[in-house]
Amino acid sequence: MTSVDYKELKKGGFMRQVQPDHFSMRLRIVGGQIKSEQLRAVYEISQKYGQGYVHMTSRQGIEIPFIKLKDIEEVKKEMAKSGLQTGACGARVRTITACQGNTICPSGLIETTSLAQELDEKYFARDLPHKFKIGITGCRNNCLKAEENDLGIKGGLKPKWNETECIFCGLCEAVCPTKVISINQDEQKLEYEESGCNFCGRCVKSCPTDAWEGQSGFIVSFGGLFGNKISVGKQMLPIIFSNEVLHKVIEATLTFFDKHGKPGERFGNTLDRVGWDLLEKDLKEVL
Amino acid sequence: MADKKADAFVDISDVVCPITFVKVKVAIEELEDGQLIEVKMNEGEPIQNVPRSLKDEGHKVTRVINNNDGTFTIYVEKGGLV
Repeated sequence: MTSVDYKELKKGGFMRQVQPDHFSMRLRIVGGQIKSEQLRAVYEISQKYGQGYVHMTSRQGIEIPFIKLKDIEEVKKEMAKSGLQTGACGARVRTITACQGNTICPSGLIETTSLAQELDEKYFARDLPHKFKIGITGCRNNCLKAEENDLGIKGGLKPKWNETECIFCGLCEAVCPTKVISINQDEQKLEYEESGCNFCGRCVKSCPTDAWEGQSGFIVSFGGLFGNKISVGKQMLPIIFSNEVLHKVIEATLTFFDKHGKPGERFGNTLDRVGWDLLEKDLKEVL
Repeated sequence: MADKKADAFVDISDVVCPITFVKVKVAIEELEDGQLIEVKMNEGEPIQNVPRSLKDEGHKVTRVINNNDGTFTIYVEKGGLV
């Protein structure tokens, strides 16, 4: 009998079950989306090779449990027909999660789905000292919980006020959560204290005369954990306005983790050990 | 515009989403384009969402008054953005 390389199977998305020679097969899902015809293939595979059900993972993934060791190659072939791929587990970049972003959601400030695909193509399954989670959320409502990821991306909108369009109605002041806008309706004056702005975009979205314009950007957080240890990812950089710079930041972050992380050590713990300023220094260099 | 008297008034501080916006919509239905309605609402979720929904439907918020008691009063011109 040949020995089974469980580690290699796990790397390729086959998680060993309690039941001998059975695996829960993780699929490669990007930004929580799957085509309906692929969903049909998922149905067929779970019927034919599994036990007729799927498990929705905590990070927008799909797993088909009870795949038998002997069927693995055949299952992979069936999946390939509909463009399905297995996911990743173990010490590498995991599923890129995303909310629906401004393509669908009225609150969204960035295009999350296309960004998730971009990130998946570039970074998915890259080997690292430990698992590495990247999540994208479209706005401060944070449906996708950016800060629980090793690297979280949150959409933001940097507002710019255009005096000639303003009717000083006072709505932006009313909706601003950080109270950085103050309006004097009688004197037709507006003050905006930019340094306290959290880029939520509410002034821009609500303004009846489009006197507020917004520039979309990415607010990145680092070192979030939500496992054995819980800590909230921290923002270290100013808002980023281009995909190009965002990629430089991600690349520098992964390189940093690869260089400084110990095997089995989550990114946040690495930063606690070696010092957050060390990463900050590396990131400032690429900005 | 800010000093113009409203043609109608609706209080939505006694209801929650989504009834807030529904109540405003029903009240606006009664008006002609260009007429002004005064809407009283709670701080928090209603002031965040109701004016934004009004914008999406083409109505223009012309003035917002903070009543400093946890409510806002807004003035809206029917069809003011169309």
